[in-house]
Amino acid sequence: MINYHKYLNNNRFILFVVLVSVLLLPFATDALLGRGWVRIVDFAMLYIMLALGLNIVVGYAGLLDLGYIAFFAVGAYCYALTGSPHLAAAFPLLFPDGLHLSFWIVLPLAALLAGGFGVLLGFPTLRLRGDYLAIVTLGFGEIIRIFMNNLNAPINLTNGPQGISRIDPITVAGVSLNRTQEIFGIELPSVHLYFYLFLGFAALVVFVSHRLEKSRIGRAWMAIREDEIAASAMGINTRNLKLLAFAMGAMFGGVSGTLFAGFQGFVSPESFSLMESVMVLCMVVLGGMGNIYGVILGGLMLALLPEVLRHSVVPLQQAMFGKTIIDPESLRMLLFGTALIVVMLYRPAGLWPSRVRRRELATDETEQIV
Amino acid sequence: MSNGTSFPWKRESSLLEKPRAQVGGLNGAQHLLDVKGLQVGYGGIHAVKCIDLHVAPGELVALIGSNGAGKTTTLKSLAGLLAPAAGQIYYDGKSLHAVPAHRRVSMGIALVPEGRGVFARLSVAENLLMGAYSRCDQAEINNDLARMYDLFPRLVERRNQLAGTLSGGEQQMLAMARALMSRPRLLMLDEPSMGLAPLMVKKIFETIQDVALQGMSILLVEQNARLALQVASRGYVMESGAITLSGKSSELLGSDAVQRAYLGG
Repeated sequence: MINYHKYLNNNRFILFVVLVSVLLLPFATDALLGRGWVRIVDFAMLYIMLALGLNIVVGYAGLLDLGYIAFFAVGAYCYALTGSPHLAAAFPLLFPDGLHLSFWIVLPLAALLAGGFGVLLGFPTLRLRGDYLAIVTLGFGEIIRIFMNNLNAPINLTNGPQGISRIDPITVAGVSLNRTQEIFGIELPSVHLYFYLFLGFAALVVFVSHRLEKSRIGRAWMAIREDEIAASAMGINTRNLKLLAFAMGAMFGGVSGTLFAGFQGFVSPESFSLMESVMVLCMVVLGGMGNIYGVILGGLMLALLPEVLRHSVVPLQQAMFGKTIIDPESLRMLLFGTALIVVMLYRPAGLWPSRVRRRELATDETEQIV
Repeated sequence: MSNGTSFPWKRESSLLEKPRAQVGGLNGAQHLLDVKGLQVGYGGIHAVKCIDLHVAPGELVALIGSNGAGKTTTLKSLAGLLAPAAGQIYYDGKSLHAVPAHRRVSMGIALVPEGRGVFARLSVAENLLMGAYSRCDQAEINNDLARMYDLFPRLVERRNQLAGTLSGGEQQMLAMARALMSRPRLLMLDEPSMGLAPLMVKKIFETIQDVALQGMSILLVEQNARLALQVASRGYVMESGAITLSGKSSELLGSDAVQRAYLGG
């Protein structure tokens, strides 16, 4: 056990400052950069949740998963189907107006369903590792996306490539987050409300990740990652723990997906392409596999930097050359690839690797153990 | 090792053989481990062809043989990591036939895998805690942890270091300490001398001998036949999947066949 109190006391002031600045973030962003940016920050929060979920599978248990976005899709489609008028098209007699279940009922169900899909992916891949596992998971991710793309016939379940629109907005205690609300005299636009909702969920995901990392289960995952044979010689049920890692990771993805559907009000298969899986994996790897804070950093950077680029490249070129020479979209991939190579060359363990922090805490830990 | 009083199994009666171990189980056997007609294969190829061996409580038994003789395969199937094609394994009189690997650890069977298998990116302390994964008596685990640091003082200095940064000998010590953390009654060691400097090999074997003197039952797999037979009371010689010779260590050390094949004339 770690001496949390000592650690917290020393850093209580920093913690307070971080908390206040995070709470004020949407207002600052709004005032300095404009409302569009709050929306971008909201998406960054969703990506952070996804990256933390994938971190369980890849970072802790060492199972390379290239189809992770499939669980995001499962969560998103879960709410899209049950929280929109769409089901009326497929089952006009059963649901004449669609299902319109409450978000808070769908959320746990979607998380469980995504977890179930995680186990479904885990079972056939129990004996696979590394590149072989990556190929199977990649296939799984594509299968889910293609299913969503084609399940508009014979009965129109997913509306195919057009996607499902008019998804009910998320409501908290009867208050719709889709409209500007006034709380304590402060006017909170929709994107701000979603920001606080996502912040709460992200905090929950961070908390659960943190507890898992320090738990017996977390240590067992890391043992499996390091040496599977030795891990089972320690008495670890490697099969169940690997399935649990897949399920836990998938549940985080499912929760994130459900939030995404409610926030966006629209889902379509193109949001769940292989490139998204790769992006989430890059967040984990670039930030620092296995370290919660590194993963958050990676998620923030990869979600925000492309937007920064999008908003700066065109004006910059206009100012310098009087015209746009390079399209920001192509420049984005070029810079992203370069950044990836540079980070992997000079910081192969990620920008904020897990062991640095652990060493900082090491003195506290040993006092407790011996 | 110099400080004999620090051995956990000296102070703790629970680390010694439990009384029921002496009461014979099936076949009226007096053995802690009894292997009968064990066959293990990798997809059709039989790496182990019908072997019989046993380990009595408190006995140090060596299983020697050259590369590829099937020694590691035997240990792996005893630990439950490989399913046998035929034959029976009795531990403490009970058949291990349907017992999965992770349950065997809590029954008291510990394996120190070949190549040590330490968790490289976990700290030394965390590695030791993993050894006690099958236990949940937190206070006793902490006691045992302290005892392991007594037994292997080198590990104390290195307890916050990542296990992957230790030297080969230190890793072997860690792997042994980690196995002992599960409070085993049968300790199985796979090639503890592999890749170590002669001085370190000597040290490791002294520790093995000490552990055995405290009453631990040990099955030691080694390529270094002379060293293994010097510490063991009995030995089995394995050749291409079968046991060709067995007997007291002193007899094996003196036998012509062993001399020629493993001890260089």
